[in-house]
Order: sequence, then C-alpha cells, then structure tokens
Amino acid sequence: MSPVSFKLAEMESWNRPPVVEPHGEGELLEIAMGPHHPSTHGVFRMDLALDGERVVKLKPVFGYLHRNHEKLGEGHSYLASMPFTDRLDYFCSLTNNWAYALAVEKLAAQDVPERAEYLRVILAELTRFQNHASAIGFLLQEMGASGTPLMYAFREREKILDLFEALTGARMMCNYMRFGGCRVDASEDWLKQTRKVVAGLPAFVDEFEAFLQTNEIVMARCQGMGILRPELAVNAGVTGPMLRATGVNYDLRKVDRYGIYDRFKFRVPLGEHGDIYDRYMVRMLEMRESIGILEQALKDVPGGPVMDPKAKIRNFRPKVGEAYGRIEAPKGELGFYLISDGTGNPYRYRVRPPSLINLTVLEDMCLGQNVADVVLIFGSVDIVLGEVDR
Amino acid sequence: MKTVEEIKASIEAAVPGAGVEIVQNPGPAAQHSLLLTAEKAVEVAQFLRDDAELALDFLSNVTGVDWLDKEITEKVKVTRTVAKTVDGVEQQVEETVEEPRKRVEPGRLEVVYHLYSMSKKHGPVILRMRTGNRTDRVELPSMTPIWRAAEFQEREIFDLFGVVFDGHPDLRRILMWDEFKDHPMRRDYVEPDDYDYEPTPHDEVLAKAKAHQEKLAGTAQAAEGDAAR
Amino acid sequence: MAVDEQLKIEMGKQGVFVTTLQELYNWGRRSSIWPMQFGLACCAIEMIATTMARYDLARFGAEVFRPSPRQADMMIISGTVTKKMAPQVVRLYNQMAEPRYVIAMGACAISGGPFKQGYNVLKGIDRYIPVDVHIPGCPPRPEALLEAFMALQKKIDAQPLTGEGRPRHLDAEAPGEFPVPEQGAHDLEPAANKSVWTVPVVIR
Repeated sequence: MSPVSFKLAEMESWNRPPVVEPHGEGELLEIAMGPHHPSTHGVFRMDLALDGERVVKLKPVFGYLHRNHEKLGEGHSYLASMPFTDRLDYFCSLTNNWAYALAVEKLAAQDVPERAEYLRVILAELTRFQNHASAIGFLLQEMGASGTPLMYAFREREKILDLFEALTGARMMCNYMRFGGCRVDASEDWLKQTRKVVAGLPAFVDEFEAFLQTNEIVMARCQGMGILRPELAVNAGVTGPMLRATGVNYDLRKVDRYGIYDRFKFRVPLGEHGDIYDRYMVRMLEMRESIGILEQALKDVPGGPVMDPKAKIRNFRPKVGEAYGRIEAPKGELGFYLISDGTGNPYRYRVRPPSLINLTVLEDMCLGQNVADVVLIFGSVDIVLGEVDR
Repeated sequence: MKTVEEIKASIEAAVPGAGVEIVQNPGPAAQHSLLLTAEKAVEVAQFLRDDAELALDFLSNVTGVDWLDKEITEKVKVTRTVAKTVDGVEQQVEETVEEPRKRVEPGRLEVVYHLYSMSKKHGPVILRMRTGNRTDRVELPSMTPIWRAAEFQEREIFDLFGVVFDGHPDLRRILMWDEFKDHPMRRDYVEPDDYDYEPTPHDEVLAKAKAHQEKLAGTAQAAEGDAAR
Repeated sequence: MAVDEQLKIEMGKQGVFVTTLQELYNWGRRSSIWPMQFGLACCAIEMIATTMARYDLARFGAEVFRPSPRQADMMIISGTVTKKMAPQVVRLYNQMAEPRYVIAMGACAISGGPFKQGYNVLKGIDRYIPVDVHIPGCPPRPEALLEAFMALQKKIDAQPLTGEGRPRHLDAEAPGEFPVPEQGAHDLEPAANKSVWTVPVVIR
C-alpha cells in the first residue's frame, strides 16, 4: 500500500528531547496541568510525569481554543479574513493585520503609500512595546509577584490602547490595515498625542528595570533555568525574542527589511545563555529599541494618502498563484501562506503561528527541572492560545 | 541566492535519481517551488540542510493543501464514419468532428515546506510533496528527523488533512480530540448538522438552516406515521 | 416580611437601623462575589484589564480571583468555548459550590460569535449550563463587564429566600450536577442539554 520505500535515516539524537531517568524506585506521578490552570495563559494543557518534584516527561496538549481560523478563511473573501486575524494573537492585533496585508500585497503585487508605511511601523512598534511589557508582567505573576508588576505593565498598556482606540475605533480588535494601505488616516492630534505617550515610555522602562533587573528572586529563579541551545532553537524553528536570547542574530526587520524598516537605526538585542533571564532581558532591551524606532518614525511622518488609489477593495480577485509573507511579530515570525485560484476567496489560507512552533522545545527546556519552574519556563516562551490553536 | 533551476541542478548532482521537478508559480510573487518524490525526499532535504552553500537550516512553515478531483472538459478531434446521402446515393463518409470529452484529474493531498537559512539569511526555498490520491495512498515521508520545526505542523496536517507521515516520532491528533474521525480541513468535509437555531441566517447558512428544518419536519412526520400504525 | 420604607427612614434618622434577614443575607452575598480565575480567549484579556488599576473591579468586592472552582461563586465564560473545551467547562461548573452564577462574556460565549460556523466551535455555552448575564461585544469593553457585575448584583439582591425564584442552594429540588457532554466521532453528544436549553423561537 505504501509508496514510500525508503528506510528512515537514524533519528538524530540531539534534536529529540533527552530521556530522563527517574532517581528513586517510587512511582511516577502523572499530572494533567491545564486546560484550566491559572498559569497556562488560557486553555493550554501539559501532561507531566513527575519523579518527586522533577519533571521526567512533558507532553503539551493543544486544541482547546481551536477556532477553525483557516477553514473560515477559505470560506470568506480576502478582506473578510482581516478582522479574524485580530483574534489570532489577541495582544497584537495590529502586527497580525500587517502580516496578512503583507502576504496579500505580495500575492497581488500591491504597493503601499509612504504615509501608510510610517503608520504601520508606529503601530507595530507600539504593539511590540505593550506585548513585551505585558509578557514580563505575566512572567513575574508566575514568579509569585501576584498582580503588582502586571498592574505597572497594564497601566502603560492602557495608554497605548487609548491611542489604538482613538485611531482605529477599538481597543484590542483594531482591524486597521487594508491591502494597499490603512483604513483611516491619523490626524495631527493623534500624532501629537502619540509623541506625548512615547515620550513617557522610557521612564516606565527605567522604573520597571530598577525594580526587576537586580531583584534577588528574579535572578535566583531565572538565571540558568530553562536553557535552550542555539542549534536546537534553529532546528526547531524557534523565532522571536526566544531565538535571539540564545544568541542567534535573526530579526526579520533586519533580514527581510519589509515595509520601511531599512530607514531606521536600531540594534537587535541578543542573549548569551538562552535561559529565562536572557529572554526577559531581550524583551526589556527590545522595548528600548522600539522606543527608538518610534521616536525616529514620529519625527517625519510624510503627508499623502494612506491608501493606494489603485488598490481594489470591492471585487478583489488576485491572479492565480501563491505567496508567503512574513513579519517579525512580537512573539516571533508570523507568516501567512495564501494560494489563489483566481476567485474572491483564497483557495488555501494558512497561518504560520510563532507561538505554536516556539512550544516545540518546551519539553527539552523543562526536563529535569522542578515542576515549579515549568510554570516559569512556560511563561518565558510568551504564547497566546488564540495563535497556538487558531 | 541560487535560482530554483540552479538548486534543482545541484540537488540532482548530489542525490542521484532525485527526480525533482519545478512547479511554476504564475502569480506576481513568483515564488517557484520544487516538487519532490516521496522516495528521495528525506535525502534531498538532508542535502538542502547540510549543503554549505544553501544551508537551509530553518524550516519556517509546513502547509497541507487539498486538491479535489477536478473534472476537465476539453474538445477532442474524433474521426468517425457517418452515413450520408451524396448525389442521391447513400454512402459511408468519414468526417472529423470536435467532441467535448470529460476527463477526471484525480485529487491529491499536497504538503508544502517553506525553507529559509538563518546562517546565510536567504530564502525561501519551497518544497512540495504529493500523495497518490486522497483515500488510501496518503503516506509521505516525515521531515521531522531533519527539521524538528515540522513536528507539530505535521501532526496538524495529519489531524486536519489526513496525510500520514512515515517516520514521524509522535503522530497523533493535535487539535481535535482523539475520538474524532473526520479530517475537517479537507474541502469535502461535511460538518455536523447543528443548524437548529439561526437567528439571522443568510446565504449558505439560510439554506442549511432550511434543510435542517425540513429534516426535522420529515422525522416528525415519520414518527406520527409510526404512531398511527 | 416587608418593612415600611418610610418607617425605616424615620427610624434611621433616630439611629435605629431596621432590615430584613433577606436583605442582609443578599447584601453579604452580592458584595463579595469571588470570580473564578478562568480565561478562555480574547475576552479574558479584557477581564484582566478590568481587574487592573484603571477599571478596578475591587470596588465591587470581586477582586479575589480564585484559581479553584471550589472557592468561587461566579464563573466568567470569557471567550470562545470550543467543542474540545466544553466538557471541561461543564465539569468546572459542576465543581463549583452553590450559590453559583455565570456571566457569558462576549459574542463567542453567547452564540459562537464570529467563529460560529467553525466545526469545533460551540454555538453558545447556554446549551449546557444556565447563564445569568450575557454581555455582547467582541470583546466587550471593561465597562461592559462592570455593567454585567452590577446587573448580577441586582439579580442577587432581588432573590427571595423562600418560594418561587429562590436561589438554587435553598431549593432541594434544583439540579446540582449538569451532564457533561461526550466527545463523539463527529460532534459533541448530546449537542445540547435539553433541560437547560430549548431552541428559542425567533420572531421576525
């Protein structure tokens, strides 16, 4: 029956999770952590086998938030999928919009006016900032600092959400970008207000850093925990801050130079050890770089339209073909793969979810650690279930 | 970076009998892809990853695509003998006519891999593999031993499309529950009929809600008939 | 037993406070509703935002989010309930002690919302468990969640301790357990709990 006649080459041992032998002779304790667990960021489940407190097996279980995003995308027109992308990674709706718009623009060879590109960069960096701030807040929540650091992060997040709401009409589900530009133009007032908010962000980062960077508990629980090696990270397709914390210099804003990122000066923060602390530090430093990009972008936003006048909104039918577009979303590489058969709906609509693929190495990072640290390691991956399960 | 033609040539030099074909992408993105045969796919993938010049160490995306049976209507020239009356005499004459013929292109499942290089910072190189049909010849080799990134994505394709990956270390359903029988991302998937309450139906949903009501009425009538008997 | 409102005010002026057991009991219940720390999807983020400094849910006595259903009074279904998750939601609801209340937050929890046509999306959690307050929106703003809280408080305030409409923990006949749906070969079985949900009649 099978047409496949090859003998599978030996499985390379380093790219599989190691086998951890239990110490004693006691029985292993099997725990299903989740789908309802306060630290699983929603409805994620891990099936753990514990030897005392030590993790000897960890199998992630997905699908509790599988909302059939791809199937629905095939039943809708290209534009009608845009509001659904908001609900993928619901912390970062604007970067999701951008990734999808970028893929469709590739598919239909659509240009984007300069002002729209600037607005996209501004919104994407604001999104990155609030995502990283919240991610760090949640990480500390997992460490036992219940509420307080998260309140600091959400205070800043609310300011940014106010900007989103003023421009797009919604706090979280912005549905702002279109194929060939943006939906509405930003007023001079909005830009002024944004400059004001951005001017206040460095003080927040300073404050956050002063509280956390040299905090004894943060250092004791994060340093040397959940180490990920760079070879494994690359092989397992890990992207975003988690990859850069292992020291691999791969940021799509530099590699692909999509949009107008080649006009801005910014550095890519890299880690050295690939542990939780490095992931936390990379996010912290990326927040500072985001502020830098925001300041440069807000300085000279050009005039002009925000929508390409040649862009087709109604009856949008790209030519037969396919395209894969990707951007550096706050959580990693977010890609959209579209196949067009010439009709108004995509034939195949696929999302490459960074959160799901970053979890491939969860087991490798957690094996041999204590069960209390699993919560932290998991928190440092920074996932959103809407994107993991789609 | 090398063009698709050059990559094809270097694969053929390194892996004899690879049988790689180029699949053109007619769209403006022009991301052409390489079609691999199931027999040699793992060898080719290993070459692509380990080759010093290509160094495609990063598997970004794995996609399943379902292509249904396609009915193609084309005109075929046919010669046939017809009885005709020529000059008052009945004769057998040969003539050529164009006749529409229907031919069915068998459906298949396709798996698409998008590769990039993190060390060389280039890409994408797109690989494709196709199954024999959509029912019983759905095995393809797994790429998980080469790129671990494929682990969850191939499980997802197994779950939603029903492609069986030979050599996958842990091939189970990932998104749906284990007792689930269907492959919902296939284009001929029939969803469960739960259209009992549709407050604002339109288009397709309206048709489905109506069908549901008719079915309900049908079963009610049948029950009444049983009771009468 | 009702107290004459006018008399109550007059006596209050004299420094004598009169109330009924029912009022006191319900005042206590409505002022310390402990929600379950239970997020499903996008709406959960707005739920978290509601507990944070700006919207400050603590003003309603409801800031103590309990991770365990045994200690919680209220469940906020904050997001899409998928068919894979629905049995777990019903099980969690069964584990809560009476009196318990449910807020269905957002379009997905009410009806499946934008994802309604998905093969794995449950078309509303009220098919399996009774819901007290529905909040529309995708996601509802934090203000909407606060409004739902106030609506729930009003509902609790109005509950008599005896007779018709008394809370379920004072009614020995009321069901305590709700059947958990099974995950079948194509769909959840049964597709709805008939004792909780009947097909609503649409009037157009």
